[in-house]
Amino acid sequence: MTQIISLIQAAVVFGTVILFGAVGEILAEKSGNLNLGVPGIMYLGGIAGLIASFLYEGNAANPLPGVAVAITLLAAFVAAMLGGLIYAVLTITLRANQNVTGLTLTIFGGGFANLFGGTLNKMAGGVGQISVALTSGAFRTTIPFLSGLGAVGKILFSYGFMAYLAVALAFLVSWFLNKTSVGLNLRSVGENPATADAAGISVTKYKYLATCIGAGISGLGGLYYTMDYIKGTWSTDGSIEKLGWLAVALVIFATWKPRRSIWGAYLFGALFWLFFYIPGLTRSSQEIFKMLPYVVTLFVLIMVALRRKREDQPPRSLGVAYFREER
Amino acid sequence: MSKQKSASHEPFVRMSKRDGLPLWKSLGVRLIGLTLALIVCAVIIYALTKLNPLRVYAAMVKGAFGTNKRVWVTIRDIMMLLCIAVGLAPAFKMRFWNIGAEGQILVGGLAAAACMIYLGKSMPTIALLVVMFIFSMLAGGVWGTIPAIFKAKWNANETLFTLMMNYIAIQLTSFFVAKWENPFGSNTVGIINQMTKAGWFPTVFGQMYTLNVIIVMILAVLMYLYLRYSKQGYEIAVVGESENTARYAAINVRSVIIRTMAISGAICGIAGFIAVAGASHTISTSTAGGRGFTAIIVAWLAQFNTFIMVGISALLVFLQKGAIEIASQFDLNDFVSEMITGIILFFILGSEFFINYKIRFRGGKKEAGK
Repeated sequence: MTQIISLIQAAVVFGTVILFGAVGEILAEKSGNLNLGVPGIMYLGGIAGLIASFLYEGNAANPLPGVAVAITLLAAFVAAMLGGLIYAVLTITLRANQNVTGLTLTIFGGGFANLFGGTLNKMAGGVGQISVALTSGAFRTTIPFLSGLGAVGKILFSYGFMAYLAVALAFLVSWFLNKTSVGLNLRSVGENPATADAAGISVTKYKYLATCIGAGISGLGGLYYTMDYIKGTWSTDGSIEKLGWLAVALVIFATWKPRRSIWGAYLFGALFWLFFYIPGLTRSSQEIFKMLPYVVTLFVLIMVALRRKREDQPPRSLGVAYFREER
Repeated sequence: MSKQKSASHEPFVRMSKRDGLPLWKSLGVRLIGLTLALIVCAVIIYALTKLNPLRVYAAMVKGAFGTNKRVWVTIRDIMMLLCIAVGLAPAFKMRFWNIGAEGQILVGGLAAAACMIYLGKSMPTIALLVVMFIFSMLAGGVWGTIPAIFKAKWNANETLFTLMMNYIAIQLTSFFVAKWENPFGSNTVGIINQMTKAGWFPTVFGQMYTLNVIIVMILAVLMYLYLRYSKQGYEIAVVGESENTARYAAINVRSVIIRTMAISGAICGIAGFIAVAGASHTISTSTAGGRGFTAIIVAWLAQFNTFIMVGISALLVFLQKGAIEIASQFDLNDFVSEMITGIILFFILGSEFFINYKIRFRGGKKEAGK
């Protein structure tokens, strides 16, 4: 029983990282922009948040947890948005290829974040020495009374606030895409920009906003990873990149539906950590178990292609740039 | 402002497609992009190190070409990147987004390493190398064909399919690394056949990496001829432009997709073979090391012309080597190279726009962007 609870907890924490990434990416993809820069964007969000909290805790005479959290969130969101802006300028205004630009953004974001992360480690006096205890602690504060409620408390209430923020954002984006007229406009841009353009919707504006705000949300995943998952440190082992690609996979798994990505994220988390809870695995057979999230995604990808259900298909103009002159 | 607006409804900037730019002009635009990128990088380097950027660039040249050995390592890495880009060219020309080169390289490398470990004692080197070559090619080919079959038959999204195949290959590699680890507990395979050198590329003309250059150059020339002059190469171009046109011309699109990806994967598998037998003599999850992604950019920017790919690969590898040198000289970490690569690629991607489009500003007769 305790094993199952701890697996669920590990799954939720892991899932939260990729849930942010996936929800942001769904928003961008709904505008027709296949942004393969998600790993880079998550890197940017993570490092910006870490630097901001490091500077705040180091320089403020009397640092307050609430202010630290606000500054960190803002820094991560803005940095990730700027990453999205680079992508948007290149693909929307300068009409560069989306896949190539996204991959470049991933290379850049990883390089940038690890360069500054490494430097920050050095400034702090070695790997694992960065101390942002105050901010990280604030991110990891759980709900005081409810988290003590035995098994239920552990499963439902033992996480930092960002785990709940991720779920709330998923519902919010789902509501926005399905129930608001702005959201419907956005989806029409992703499905058929020429028609949207003819209907008087500014394709460029929608694409820019969706990509940048989506990037901001994805970046929060990187922040959650640095502040909560690895408790306010930095490691240059490339783990954010792996998580970023899983977020891209989760978008497909959820068939572009934010609400479906919530349980999808936790399922990925559970599959990822499953090897830890199965007794008698050798070190090599563990590696085979770690394949599971990817194999399951492949399976969903194939099923979606086979069943051809209309509501499960990607936005029709996904990955295709829109040039008004070329209609 | 508002007066002007009401006077003419012309938008502030107008863009239109160019018919084509003379080669020297398009090269000029790219050169301007590259220069701007180097200036931006110089500003960042200055902010980080407070050193004269020109001295830093000089250090980069030294890092890449400083000694004879460095020159050869640089050449080896250029060949590696080129080999992958050559493999990706047919797939991307067909507009098949094969971002699974990483996985195809890894399974190719795994096949090569398996041959070295299990057959190393029982075969003469030349025969062993041939066997390794064939198995690596097959492994990479199979890894590339699986997504192609699903794309061709059921139109499954290949970008995401090949991406997932990467991670399956990485886990497969981790599995074998744990299985083959040497010495026990190190979680690495170590240098394979260090004593016997079975399955290592022999030195040709006194250089360790001559064979790498020969194999990759042959592949590059063959691919150039294949894409430009063969019937199959033409079919790839037609499918890439429009699948409907291809169908109308009675081209069997499915078999073209599967055949092309088998070739693409096979060449990436060969890249894995070269990485294991001709360079590192070991296998790890970082054998591909992100080059499968970088090579996409190489192939795309060269517009699938293998000779232009040589130049772009050389530029990128030079930057990486140089940046690693700056990192060690000026106490930064190696990731500075990825950041610089990213910035330069952003500018090159951006400059493509000015090659393909004309910009006209409202009112003015002047054309920007040359």
